Amino acid sequence: MNHLFTYTLRLADNALVLGQRLSEWTGHGPFLEEDLALTNIALDTFGTATSLMEYAAKVEDKGRDADALAYRRNEREFTNILLVEQANGDYAKTILRQVLVDAYNVLFYTELAKSKDETIAGIAQKAIKEVSYHYRHSSSWVIRFGDGTEESHNKIQDALNELWRFTGELFEQDETELTLIKQGIAVDSKAFQSKWEKQLDELFAKATIKKPETVFMQTGGRKGIHTEHLGYMLSEMQVLPRMLPDAKW
Amino acid sequence: MENKNFEDVFEAKLAKNEMVEPKDWMPENYRKHLIRQISQHAHSEIVGMLPEGNWITRAPSLRAKKVLLAKVQDEGGHGLYLYTAAETLGTSRDELLDALHTGKAKYSSIFNYPTLTWADIGAIGWLVDGAAIMNQVMLQRTSYGPYARAMVRICKEESFHQRQGYEIMTHLSFGTKEQKEMAQDALNRWWFPTLMMFGPPDAESPNSENAIKWRIKRETNDQLRQRFVNQTVAQIEYLGLNLPDAGLQWNEAKQGYDYSEPNWVEFKNVISGNGPCNKERLAARNASHKNGEWVRAAAAAYAKKHAEPFMAA
Repeated sequence: MNHLFTYTLRLADNALVLGQRLSEWTGHGPFLEEDLALTNIALDTFGTATSLMEYAAKVEDKGRDADALAYRRNEREFTNILLVEQANGDYAKTILRQVLVDAYNVLFYTELAKSKDETIAGIAQKAIKEVSYHYRHSSSWVIRFGDGTEESHNKIQDALNELWRFTGELFEQDETELTLIKQGIAVDSKAFQSKWEKQLDELFAKATIKKPETVFMQTGGRKGIHTEHLGYMLSEMQVLPRMLPDAKW
Repeated sequence: MENKNFEDVFEAKLAKNEMVEPKDWMPENYRKHLIRQISQHAHSEIVGMLPEGNWITRAPSLRAKKVLLAKVQDEGGHGLYLYTAAETLGTSRDELLDALHTGKAKYSSIFNYPTLTWADIGAIGWLVDGAAIMNQVMLQRTSYGPYARAMVRICKEESFHQRQGYEIMTHLSFGTKEQKEMAQDALNRWWFPTLMMFGPPDAESPNSENAIKWRIKRETNDQLRQRFVNQTVAQIEYLGLNLPDAGLQWNEAKQGYDYSEPNWVEFKNVISGNGPCNKERLAARNASHKNGEWVRAAAAAYAKKHAEPFMAA
């Protein structure tokens, strides 16, 4: 098993699937400035996804390029975490999904920038600045919603109740990760789990919202066992390359 | 008496090719014309995000997806500069959006046509943005300063968009048989609606005369349309596609192409709300605005809560 390929592809899938979700908002944001901001975040996310896909293709070295990895794999071959494929819902749900990922990504990419794999370290280095900005954006909206109107408070609380069960996967580790952690290539996410939780607890306190208490954590993404959302997303995303398999775009 | 002096100053500025700025005196019909034109332009940008946005999630490669996303974002940015330029004339974005959402304000009719295939994204960038540039280049030197300055930036970005569109058309036209058919089909559907973008023939264009006097426009609809046709024929030939106009013919005397008039009945129909997507576009704008209401309310409520202590101090 090519652990480096598996690991890089997971990270690429996370970014690609999240970017795809975010891009669904373009042209439909709650107001123009926010439409532009969210589109920017989608663009950053696709940028990271592309760099990671390209590297995954190179590491795999089987003649597939980044587009082949993005457009020619089936649902069961995608290894993103379940959180990023969840439907956008209302703006509170989109923002809450984003803040969970952004808070994680700031810590994650900061560590990943120290990876012994130079390409991965380089991609992470570039991503740090972007995800820090993304976190500023999403966290400030969480506070505004939580401490805004009764309606916005309820919506952001509902979103947290609904999405928290998908956060367990952020800290899962399997053989691939453990092997690469030992080699100094992958990030040991467990090492910053309590920091991530504390940071979010402080944010939720400011927003006057509460994490749901006893939650059964969902899992499966790493093994390609997804929620029903992903299949629809991929059929839409992949339609043209699948329809005209010989075409170049 | 005083008004007369103001008017002389205004006319003198126009005569000297100087810019009129927001604090300068200006005739009321000049202000009204500008608000109408700038806001229609702003509305066109944000409504224009919809037909192209329709393909963002289906863009066929990672690169195409990023380029299209950036392009649609640019259109939103143009909307933002233009609303801001319109606000310098004493109106507000809320008023302008309200006019759009209630169907009172117009936007470019071209966006009432559907984007049915990926080639339509190429055709829009190439033809629609190409036509828009031809209309807009002259606006960089228009008499109203904030509008002229917004247009400088917009035109720069639009020329990237046109290249992006032509690049898609190139990939398709030199691609597989199916891709080439897709490109031809898009050209067939977008050609005449694009010609309509220059507005009705000069003889029937009610707003042109003042617009030219005020340097809000510098060339007539028919002049611009002719220039567009002349420029585009060679681009179509390069792609190896057929121009969907049997009446197209080189006219040696005028050193330009003769072409068939678009269907002006269709044009009037689309303008008056009966185009294929008028209802969908307006409904989509209204839905986003309405769905965003609680978001805007939350932001306002939060800002108010947290501004008070500072104001009291």
